[in-house]
Amino acid sequence: MSKEKDIFVVVEQRNGKVQNIGLELLGEATRLNADLKEQVVAVLLGGKGISEQADRCIAYGADKVIIVEDDLLKEFVTEPYTQAITAVCKEFQPEMVLFGASSIGRDVAPRVASRIKTGLVADCTALRMAKTPEEIAREEACGCVDATRALLMVRPTFGGNLMATLMCPRSKPQMATVRPGVMKKITKDTTRTGEKVDFKVDFTPDAMNIEILEVVKSEKKAVDLTEAKIIVSGGRGVGSPEGFGIIRELAAALGGEVGSSRACVDAGWIEKDRQVGQTGKTVRPDLYMACGISGAIQHVAGMEHSNFIVAINKNEAAPIFGVADLGIVGDLKVIVPKLTEAIAKFKESKSAQ
Amino acid sequence: MKIVVCIKQVPDTTSGIVKVNENGTLDRASMPTIINHDDKTAIEAALQIKEQLGGTVTVVTMGPPQADVAIREALAMGCDEGVIVGGREFAGSDTYATSGILAGALRIMDFDLIITGRQAIDGDTAQVGPQLAEKLHLPQVSYVEEIIKAEEEAITVKRQFEDGYHIIKIKTPCLLTAIQELATPRYMTVSGIWEAYQKEIKLVGFEDIKDALGDDVNWIGLKGSPTNIYNSYTKELKGAGTVLSGLSVEKYVEAIVEKLDEKHII
Repeated sequence: MSKEKDIFVVVEQRNGKVQNIGLELLGEATRLNADLKEQVVAVLLGGKGISEQADRCIAYGADKVIIVEDDLLKEFVTEPYTQAITAVCKEFQPEMVLFGASSIGRDVAPRVASRIKTGLVADCTALRMAKTPEEIAREEACGCVDATRALLMVRPTFGGNLMATLMCPRSKPQMATVRPGVMKKITKDTTRTGEKVDFKVDFTPDAMNIEILEVVKSEKKAVDLTEAKIIVSGGRGVGSPEGFGIIRELAAALGGEVGSSRACVDAGWIEKDRQVGQTGKTVRPDLYMACGISGAIQHVAGMEHSNFIVAINKNEAAPIFGVADLGIVGDLKVIVPKLTEAIAKFKESKSAQ
Repeated sequence: MKIVVCIKQVPDTTSGIVKVNENGTLDRASMPTIINHDDKTAIEAALQIKEQLGGTVTVVTMGPPQADVAIREALAMGCDEGVIVGGREFAGSDTYATSGILAGALRIMDFDLIITGRQAIDGDTAQVGPQLAEKLHLPQVSYVEEIIKAEEEAITVKRQFEDGYHIIKIKTPCLLTAIQELATPRYMTVSGIWEAYQKEIKLVGFEDIKDALGDDVNWIGLKGSPTNIYNSYTKELKGAGTVLSGLSVEKYVEAIVEKLDEKHII
């Protein structure tokens, strides 16, 4: 009988606030736990006051919250976070550990996996327990002792051109980082109860092995495209930074957010946090409008699960038309402003009724 | 300063021509091979530090003999030495195994600073850099957007976060992972290409690093990798819907508004 038990989620926090990716992973852990039948455990790391976020973790699915509250964890620094997570894993022996695949998760998770000597699968877009006879057989063939507790991790490779399913059959815990905006939170339930455990980590004297000279947080509220219900995105066809003006107007008329392909971000036409795609954000809004976007695989990887996709492109051979629910072969520079007008009129007449 | 840059030769998945075979594997012959983009940025950053402080830049790759093309390119850009770590024993390594192997090779080398790219465009994991730092017990900073100051004893960098940045001073020896914004890679020069072919590329195999691997000797290659592939496949792309063309702008707008209304989006 293996001694590893629960499914752990290292719940990402910034500025003392639990991030959506952490809550999404608690939701996914809840789903996986239906098969694993152990506990969903949130690991909450931060400076003074982080324990206040524990209730939020419980409301979103945690049965237990392990809280490591220490000044050394106030800002994200690789070594203190690695020491804390490693100590928690060594003490509590989880079966699996999930991290958000943010610039924090992708920094600390590999370090932890290496320190604990276990496998880590990055940027997963789907997780499931091994169930079919084929899956069980393969896990066992790779040396898995109890294949019913094995996690199968699906992720994009080769820039999104090929999907791969991976296993971590012989070492524990099985670790994965998961992209923001891919998994679903459970409906917040404040009647849920859970255990809170304060865990003290014995940091080594040299844990803070770098010096932070300055901490700068973006002044403007960070755009969270992964939460937007409507996104209007511009691509190379927009033509210039100024060209995004009509995109912004359409987004405003629809009550949505502005997104972008990588080309425009690389060209400096728009900020990086607007980028949708393989190395940008993964989004699944109700409406995704792709204006002047060719639809390269790397972009499609970030938006293909949108509920309804409208594409406007001059080139009828553009790959985007292969995923759009409604494709318009035309000039966005003419169509978009007229569409904005029509939507404003439509909304006006609707509210007048 | 002795700088090591770890690079990877990869198929250019961003070239727009990616063919997948019937059995679900990638048709590698359909894509040009290149030095991974983030790694080229790392090479450039290293060369700039060398120009400032003096020293050497050694480029290291774990790969098959064909990787010598990537090494030559790095030498032609201005790197001083090239090393290919290769052998059948290493084939099929995941990131844990790869970082162990590279660490073994680097333990028998002299270095003050290691720079790697953030992630490779085939594996897309961004794991080897941090795992290599762990194996070598080095402090790391990843997502390095800018090198503000390079000195022999310490490097001051800008570490990018989604919602801001940190300015960090890190003592050498250490490891940095480079993102695209860090530097614009220079082109090879004609004289650089000539010199590149005068330099010898060192081949390092299993026997050379066996002792330096320590316990990691059990964690190399396909058998030693803690993660294994279950399968790979091409995605079912969401199918195409209706495509309208040859209509007036008014008709297009009408069609869109109608659909958005139908879907209760407006």
